[in-house]
This record gives sequence, C-alpha cells and structure tokens, in this order.
Amino acid sequence: MALFDAVLELADDHLVLGHRLSEWCGHAPMLEEDLAMPNMALDLIGTARTLYDYAATLEGQGRTEDDMAYLRGEREYRNLLLCERPNEDFAQTMLRQLYFAAFMHPYWQAAAGGGDEVIRGVAGKAVKEMAYHIRHAGEWVIRLGDGTEESARRMKDAVEALHLYTGELFEEGAAEGVDALPSRAAIKPAWEATIDHIFGQALLSRPVVQYPQTGGRRGLHGESLGHLLAEMQSVYRAHPGATW
Amino acid sequence: MSGEVPLWEVFIRPRNGLSHKHVGSIHAADEVMALQAARDVYTRRGEGNSIWVVPSAAITASDPDQAGENFEPTAEKIYRHPTFYDIPDEVGHM
Amino acid sequence: MYSQGLIGADGRTTESPEFLEAFQRRIDAEEKIEPNDAMPEGYRRTLVRQIGQHAHSEIVGMLPEGNWITRAPSLRRKAALLAKVQDEGGHGLYLYAAAETLGVSRDQMTEELLDGRAKYSSIFNYPTLTWADIGVIGWLVDGAAIMNQIPLCRCSYGPYARAMIRVCKEESFHQRQGYEIVMTLARGTPEQKAMAQDALNRWWWPSIMMFGPHDADSQHSDQSMAWKIKRFSNDELRQKFIDATVPQAEFIGLTIPDPDLTWNEAKGGYDHGPIDWDEFWRVVKGHGPMAKDRIKARRKAWDDGAWVREAALAHAEKRRARKMAAE
Repeated sequence: MALFDAVLELADDHLVLGHRLSEWCGHAPMLEEDLAMPNMALDLIGTARTLYDYAATLEGQGRTEDDMAYLRGEREYRNLLLCERPNEDFAQTMLRQLYFAAFMHPYWQAAAGGGDEVIRGVAGKAVKEMAYHIRHAGEWVIRLGDGTEESARRMKDAVEALHLYTGELFEEGAAEGVDALPSRAAIKPAWEATIDHIFGQALLSRPVVQYPQTGGRRGLHGESLGHLLAEMQSVYRAHPGATW
Repeated sequence: MSGEVPLWEVFIRPRNGLSHKHVGSIHAADEVMALQAARDVYTRRGEGNSIWVVPSAAITASDPDQAGENFEPTAEKIYRHPTFYDIPDEVGHM
Repeated sequence: MYSQGLIGADGRTTESPEFLEAFQRRIDAEEKIEPNDAMPEGYRRTLVRQIGQHAHSEIVGMLPEGNWITRAPSLRRKAALLAKVQDEGGHGLYLYAAAETLGVSRDQMTEELLDGRAKYSSIFNYPTLTWADIGVIGWLVDGAAIMNQIPLCRCSYGPYARAMIRVCKEESFHQRQGYEIVMTLARGTPEQKAMAQDALNRWWWPSIMMFGPHDADSQHSDQSMAWKIKRFSNDELRQKFIDATVPQAEFIGLTIPDPDLTWNEAKGGYDHGPIDWDEFWRVVKGHGPMAKDRIKARRKAWDDGAWVREAALAHAEKRRARKMAAE
C-alpha cells in the first residue's frame, strides 16, 4: 500500500498547513490579508479532502475523509514538520507558505503527467493554486525582507527558524518507488531556483543548515502538532459516530 | 512611520468581450499587492478574468455642480439619434 | 452579517430650508446620491456612522464564528465556515470603502472602533460556546441580517447601496449553511439535538434585539426614513423575521424559547413576549460578556500588524525611488 501511504502523507501536509493558515482568519495584519490567507487555506483544505477521499478508496475499509482527518493521533499523522510549525508572526507564516508552495508547484507539474488519474486531476488544479501561493507569499517575503529594519530582522529570524525543516521536503518517504508520484528529491533544483530568485530581492540568503530536522513522515513531530490535533478533533471525537 | 496604506479602485472584466467595470476598492501599499488584493477580495466567485487597479488619488472626476452645463445641452440635439429621420417603411431596415 | 438598528445617529443639520427641500426632492424622486454631490451635513454624518457601525459589525463578527474554524467537526464544515468568516471580512472591507467615499479613512474608523467611540452590533458580544452556536448564528443572526440588509440595497446613498447588493448576493449561502448545521444536529444524536436547542435558547433573544429598540423608542429613525437611508422600521423588520423563523424551527422540531409566542390571526403574524431592554442597553453600552475580549482581539491584530503595514509602505517607497532613479 505504498500509494495509500504516500497519498496520506500529501493529504496530511495540506490539511495541517491549511489549518495553520486558517488560524489567522480575523487576526491578520490588514483586512486584505484576512481574505488572502483563507483563500490559500481553502485551496489546501480542498486538496487535502480529495486526497483523503482517495486514500480511503485505495484502502477500501470504508473509512471516510473525516475518519482520516479526525481519528488519527499525532503518531499517525505523516505531515512534514514544516507544515505544522506554529504561525508565530506574519513573516514566518509567509515564509512557511513560500517554502511549501515553491516545492509543491514543480511537484504537481511533474505529477500532472504521471500514470494515476486521480493524482493527475489533483495536480492539474493544484499547480495553478501553488503558482499563486508562491506569488502572494513571495511578494510579501520581498516586502518584509526589504522593508523596514524591524521587518528585515523578523524575516531573517523566520529563515533562521524555518530553513532547518526544508530538507524534509525532498525525502521520498512512502512514495519511494511509487510510479504515480514524482521523485521528491528531483524537485530540489527547481525549489532552490524559486527561493533564490525571491531571496535575491528580499535581501536574504539561503543558510547552510548544520542540523536539519526531520521525522514527520515517521510520525515524529514537534510538540505543537498534538495541540493542533487536540483542538481540531475535539468535537468530532466527543461524539463518536455522530453526523455533522 | 505613520502613513495610511493607500486606497485603490478595482475594475474587473467579467468575461472577454465586455469592458472592465468598477467593482469597489481595496487598500495596498503598491500596485503589485493591489492586484493581488483585488484578486483575493473581488474574484472569489469567478467574477472575472481580468483586473485593473488604479490609485484612487489618480482619478479626476467631473464636478456634480457642473452637471447641468456638462450634460444637459446634449438633450436637445435629437438629430444625433436615428429616430429623428423619417424613412418610408417600403425602404426596409436602415 | 449585520448591525442592529443604528444606535445614536445624529441627523441634525444646518443647511438652508431651500437646500434641504431640493435635496429631499431628489430623494423622493428615488434619485441616488453620489459621493461628490452636495448633501446635508446630517445626512453625511448619519451615513458615516451607520456604514461605520455596519462595517465594524462585520469585522468584530468574524471573531465569534472564527472561534470555531479550528474545531469544525468535518472538513466540509471547516471549509464552509472558513469561507463564510472570510466573506464577513470582505463585507467589512466593502463597507469601509463605501464610508471612505464620505471623506473618512479606514484607519480613522478602525481607531474609533478600538478606542470604543464607535459601536458595532451587540450580538457579537455574546460567546460562541458550542458547535451548535455556529449553526444558530448562521440561521438566526444572518437571517436577521438579511431582513435588514435587503432594503439597504435600495438605500439613497449610491456607494452604500452598491456595497449592499454585493453583500446580499454573497450572503445568500450563509443562512442556508447555518440552517443546514442546525437541522443536522436536530436530526442527530440526543446530545446533538440538546446542543441545538441550547444554542437556540441562548441566541433567540439577542437575535430579536438585533432589530433595535421599538419604533416608539427609536431616536432619529424618522429622519433616516425620510432620507431613505432606512426603508422599514425596526418593528416591521422584527415582525417579518419572527414570522419567517418560527416555522423553520417547527420544521426541525426545536422550540423557540418564548412562552408568550402565539399566532395572531387578525394581524397575520406572531405576537411575542416582552424583550429585556435592560439587557439590550447593557450590551449596547459595552457590557456584554465578550465586549472586552472582542476589542482586545481587534486591538491585538491591529497592533501586531503595524510592522507589516509599515514594511509594505517602506518597500513601496523604495520601489518608487528605484523606478525614478532608473528613468
């Protein structure tokens, strides 16, 4: 069931990051961002739903997308550590989004030509969404990096805080040898080119990471994911078997 | 710094073949972010396929107090309209 | 979503009788007033206040519902709620822009909200305690809002009317998503049904109060009606709302928490029990259970976002300078 596991990994990435973005709704730095961030969150949650649904079909045990999302605990979640990082400030939120989208855009481009019909469908839609996420998050990274003294400091702090999680993007995980999905390692040059292009304008540089963090694909998460899941799953789990 | 983020007017073309139409305003610091904000705010339900943004401050408007002198003199120049001319029905559509 | 009947409008104005008469003739002829048109100062002030209150209500209204985005009990509900709360933000944005055509800036209005000078709909000063509250808010609060807002699409002030047309179009899904949530709960487990009834019990009276004081006690309402900023009286709208809502509650087997609610054949509508106006005024005056928290949350978002807005402006300045240097 390598495909099942690989689809679940992707679904978890999208749901957890979408959930994080949705936490901003009503609290953004300006009203226009109160609309922009939910737009991105809705893209991600939409993709997660399709992928969970597909995973459930592949499994064939009668589970639903909601069972997948709401009844697995932190050790069973396979998302990238990057996706679960707390929002902290707007600089970290935008950088996290850029890191993720700059990976997913070429990834979906490659997947769009793959041999799996469902994945091709997801990819066709997601590739456009990710292109916009790169643009929106990227333009903010540029403005914050080359804005005021404070914003430049916060942007550098964000790189410091998040870059160590980016190596995990390129680990094959459960997708190792799955024909329907592209090689993740092969995405690296495209990702680096996008980041360097934006960092060049944002007066930032890609740091050399001494101790990269990884483990999400094996259910080894940071502590904040447990809180995210406890919150997200609280109503669903309090009423077993209920319909919503 | 204590400036306000400037106001922009947003124009959207609902589909090709139609003109851009004013739909509302947004705030943004520059033209790139203004376009993105307009996209995120005003096209969430497939309202269009092209966006213009214009700094609100760049718009010059006619003065409502001059509406009389601007727009009323045209009312009596009915010879600009096709129905001013009598053509016999036998001639057919013209 | 919407604000209650306007609180504390001041329609006093100082123009000459001839000017006011000519203005009134335009209004009576159903002409729209546009931003640069000459208008009585009282008209302008009333609109700034009303549109501002309305916009603030949308923005503060994001908080009680936003409180459940992270806990929505299915991915379908999560997406719908997120889209709805996002819409409220959009509606606040359209309305601020409409008010800005009257010469007041969004930052000014925001400051007035944060320092307590400006009012917003008091319904948002109640807490959302369970998931059922999200359903009941969509059903009742958005339902009441629609009653209020549809007539505003014909308001005499052009930019406000246009903003309201867009708002009404977008809001058509809000009440339906709310009612669907409540219906699902009412047909669910006994715990879910109890949750729905409990939410209805808590939100019914605040919803009824959203229409504002009784007509006899409503200040400045007559002037607003004459200027066609307001098209129906508070009591008329409240009656319409109750008549529409009672059968919807019956359909899903929930009980409206008003023992005096009875059908009045003669008037063709429901009579309702007395409204607790002491509570209404207490909440309007800023003593609702969540009032302090709501403003604190808005203040935090505004203050925490200051460095972002400043950076965007600073970068824009650099872009301009670079462009000039390149030319």
